Amino acid sequence: MESLLNRYRNITVLLLVIAAQLILLAVQVKNNRDIPFVRVWTVTAVTPIASVVEWFRGGSSGFLHNYVFLRDADAENRRLREEVGKLKMDNIFLRNELSQADRARALQVFQSNTQSKTLAARTIGAGPGSGSKTIYVDRGSVEGVERGMAVVTPDGIVGKVIASYPTASEVLLVTDPDFAAGVVSQKNQARGTLKGQGNGPCKVDYVPIEEKVEVGEWFYTSGDDRIFPRGFPVGMVTAVHEGQPFKEIQVEPSGLQHGLEDMLIILSGVHQEIPDTAPGNQPVYIAPAPPDAGKTPGADASGAPAAASSTTAPATEADRLRAHYKALGDAQNHVFGENLPGQKPPNFNLALPPGGVQPLVKQNGVQPPVKQNGVQPPAKQDGVQPPVRQDGAPPPTPNGAPGPAKQNGAPPPPKQNGAQPPVKPNGAPAPAPQDGATTPANPAGTPPAKSPALPSGGGRG
Amino acid sequence: MDYSDSRILLSSQRESNTSRFRAWVTVVVALAAILFQFFLPRFFDFLRFVEMPFLVVVYFALVRRSQIGGLLVGALVGLAQDSLSKHPLGMFGIVKTLVGYFAASVGLRIDVDHSMVRLVLTFFFYIFHQVLYWVMVRALLSQPMDLDPQRTALSALLNAVIGVALFHFLDKLRDRA
Repeated sequence: MESLLNRYRNITVLLLVIAAQLILLAVQVKNNRDIPFVRVWTVTAVTPIASVVEWFRGGSSGFLHNYVFLRDADAENRRLREEVGKLKMDNIFLRNELSQADRARALQVFQSNTQSKTLAARTIGAGPGSGSKTIYVDRGSVEGVERGMAVVTPDGIVGKVIASYPTASEVLLVTDPDFAAGVVSQKNQARGTLKGQGNGPCKVDYVPIEEKVEVGEWFYTSGDDRIFPRGFPVGMVTAVHEGQPFKEIQVEPSGLQHGLEDMLIILSGVHQEIPDTAPGNQPVYIAPAPPDAGKTPGADASGAPAAASSTTAPATEADRLRAHYKALGDAQNHVFGENLPGQKPPNFNLALPPGGVQPLVKQNGVQPPVKQNGVQPPAKQDGVQPPVRQDGAPPPTPNGAPGPAKQNGAPPPPKQNGAQPPVKPNGAPAPAPQDGATTPANPAGTPPAKSPALPSGGGRG
Repeated sequence: MDYSDSRILLSSQRESNTSRFRAWVTVVVALAAILFQFFLPRFFDFLRFVEMPFLVVVYFALVRRSQIGGLLVGALVGLAQDSLSKHPLGMFGIVKTLVGYFAASVGLRIDVDHSMVRLVLTFFFYIFHQVLYWVMVRALLSQPMDLDPQRTALSALLNAVIGVALFHFLDKLRDRA
């Protein structure tokens, strides 16, 4: 017996190892459950190394990129200074800054504006296999990530978490054939199921042929799948064919178009409205530039001075009284402080013509709903800035996705959907939020964009 | 080494030049192969076709000429690969176990130091690996999976070329017995 085992030792070991793995496989398939500890061991062993490698790679490439960028900028600045002078150089520099809006900052702004509770994550690896469409991100169950959570970017949905480990999570991308999500079209509210096809565009299944779907139309998440909250962009329709019994719709996923460096995991989703216009065409409100120190406060967004006066608007009650008395003195050719004692004082009850004294500008962030000569009320004095994005990237649209910034600073058209911005019925600007941020100045009575939601809690770190 | 007059077939096992590796070399190389597949496609998606864990399994099985050693390396690397994939544990494990076993069996009979032999063996083992994996996904998991013969053959050829270069590098890490 012993000699028999020795003789067939190799094949015996092979059969035992194969049989053990087949049993392992059968248990998983039959119970539809995973063997978590084996995966946890492997992922816990691999992902820290991958994170370290990613840290070194990011640091070195960032250094090189910054070095090259700064050197180019310096050379470009000198050349421009010689060519056109400082003003033009500054203009070009600002344009470059705008065009190179940092994607990570955009993600941060999106995260702070979306109503869903999100967690920023970074890709650290790809799933094995030539046909695999999974990635690993550096956030795991320690940070609250759970299986089934949605993964998005400001551009659209990316995928969903299919496994969560202590230090990392596996994300199934929208292009994977196993991926599915409930979607709804923007114009006609046609509902369907988004499915990946391995590569390239995704398809939308189960849209009846009676439904109308057009090329160029956008699909959004419907929220029916209980994974993706309603209202997140999915992608644009690139082809529609009449099938039987359903339409054959191809959608270019928008969430993967700018790479998979950074993304957000939705820890707690909040459903949103489907916007009326496509993400790329949605009107975007840009608050006016802050007033310069030497410039007349109250200038509108285009830089035109307010019609009130060229003097500084009073900021306190004392300032208003001082201006009032000065106007009274001017009206009676009286110079305060120059009359001798005993001389007749000016008539302080004299009626001044309207517009003689500027109204008081309050400092608590609430602007008085008073218009002067049909022009907007004066701007604030306290230095609290309206919500202008610091990175020059377009502010988020009402659904949370950033839209293109307008270059001319013109106010946006009024919104068509029901989500109206905070404008009072009488057209006066709405009071500012309680946190001290102000409602931006409104140049022509145009309603500003929807006020941003409060920042969500789950940020990176 | 001049291969012009060397024999490819070995007449006995004593002719074979069994190679041994330090344990840490085996572990580090296998881990590096898995990390390669885990990390690199993120930046170079076209490198997704490179099956580095497969190449490492084939190499260790060929040069160690131990069937049990080959199948164990294949099983462990395959299970580690399974752990990072979306499929149940055991799919890559079974495939690579068989690849390791058969590669070691071939290594007992053929002089695997010959580059052309390595190229041909890697080519055929890659096709065997892909076809077996395809069969298992369809048969055991009942999941649809495409297997493009031309694409598979091209990937096999490219993996074989990469494998020959990799094997040449790994040869420097082995301790000849």
